[in-house]
Amino acid sequence: MMLTEFGKIFVFILVAVFFVVVAVIAAKFVRPKRPTHEKLLTYECGENIIGSPWVKFNIRFYVVALIFLIFDVEVVLLIPWALVYKQFGLEGFLIGAIFLFLLGLGMAYEWRKGDLEWVKPKVIPPALKKEVTAEQVTEEVTA
Amino acid sequence: MIYDFFLKITGSNILASIIQSLLPLFIFILPFALFAVWLERKVSAHMQDRLGPMRVGKHGWLQTVADILKLIQKEDIVPNDADKPLFNIAPILVFVGSYAVFAAIPFSGAFIGSNIDLGIIFIIAASGFVVAGILMAGWASNNKYSLLGAMRSAAQIISYEIPTVLVVLTIIMITGTTNLATLSEMQTGHFWNWMIFGGPNFGIAKFIFIPFMIINFIIIYISTLAEVNRTPFDIPEAESELVSGYHTEYSGMKFAMFFLAEYANMFAVSAIVTALFFGGYQSPIGYLGNLFGAHWLIPIEQFIWFTAKGIFFVFVQMWLRWTLPRLRVDQLMAACWKYLIPIAFVNLIIIGLITVL
Repeated sequence: MMLTEFGKIFVFILVAVFFVVVAVIAAKFVRPKRPTHEKLLTYECGENIIGSPWVKFNIRFYVVALIFLIFDVEVVLLIPWALVYKQFGLEGFLIGAIFLFLLGLGMAYEWRKGDLEWVKPKVIPPALKKEVTAEQVTEEVTA
Repeated sequence: MIYDFFLKITGSNILASIIQSLLPLFIFILPFALFAVWLERKVSAHMQDRLGPMRVGKHGWLQTVADILKLIQKEDIVPNDADKPLFNIAPILVFVGSYAVFAAIPFSGAFIGSNIDLGIIFIIAASGFVVAGILMAGWASNNKYSLLGAMRSAAQIISYEIPTVLVVLTIIMITGTTNLATLSEMQTGHFWNWMIFGGPNFGIAKFIFIPFMIINFIIIYISTLAEVNRTPFDIPEAESELVSGYHTEYSGMKFAMFFLAEYANMFAVSAIVTALFFGGYQSPIGYLGNLFGAHWLIPIEQFIWFTAKGIFFVFVQMWLRWTLPRLRVDQLMAACWKYLIPIAFVNLIIIGLITVL
């Protein structure tokens, strides 16, 4: 029976799974198990838990994941091109360059639309209120 | 090849591959993790004018062993509110992701787990496993800190994967191969044949490549730093705001597995940088084995060179930790999308032009 190179990788993955499972189970014979109510609570800096963390999440993370998906697919499409474009000389390069140009255009659009910005809290710099003097008031009135 | 050696001894494909896949774990990752944790503590201590661990062994070199013994004895706490199946699977997924990478890393001419033609692409794909594991850990913990850490980590890792892939793409364009062993063999000879010095072809193009290769190296080093969640990109586990990020709820051996995966990842990304830019396992100055006519010595020397280069880059990661402050999340995303990716793009096009002209 022959084992391909990918078969060897599969064995690597199986060994890794096996290692973690064995390590966790083997430690079972050594470690204590004395659960109490407090131990089994979710950690929240020692305070009582307020609400569930499974709430609505900032949409930015989703947008980033979407942009990543587009880029990653396009990069994957470029890999075969990168391997062979030299055989076609300048023409081969230009075909890839057009593809890259379109990708860059999409990137510029996302940038312009502000999808790459992260929402920041508005900083209001502390400002001193000028005290209004009596002279200024009279000046304003006369003017 | 080490696989053929075991095949001859055992006479069985399966047995040989099992033995060779245990090798990186037991002769490499575990000793490396023990050493790197100690090194990290020592480096941080000395950079802050402290001594660090001193009690266990000389200069505390057994400290990590003591830590592991402690972790084995620690109670395994699974919170009541956690999603238990996912909570238990997450450490496996994270460790598998970082260990699968080691299958394709060429440690030396004779020691590469699986010599696939898609080596570097496979490594990038396999490290994607880690994101799923981290996200799973954060979600299953049912803890606010964990979920925030996991979300940040996922956003960060996937964002910084793009500059990494773009840099890898330029290397593929120049060398025309994605096989890491071939790539390392190409950079044989002396250090001026390394990719950072323009690759093995001698000519005008080689000298034009050098500045772009240095930019490439800087981009890939920054983005791999972000992919393993190291400072200054450690917002997923920022201990001053998120306790410990996605592994807040983990204890005992499961925590140890996250820790091991993290250190394995640190070496893996350093190994990728080494293999792509710094000649892989090739010696910069020639081999003692050739000098004495002892050819069996060469793979061992190569292994030592590879480890030394990898550990050097791990050391730089630790060094950066005590040099740079943590980035904010918007700065982190801006650094990736507005600086690294456009620069990598321009670099890719320029290198493409140079190669065809």
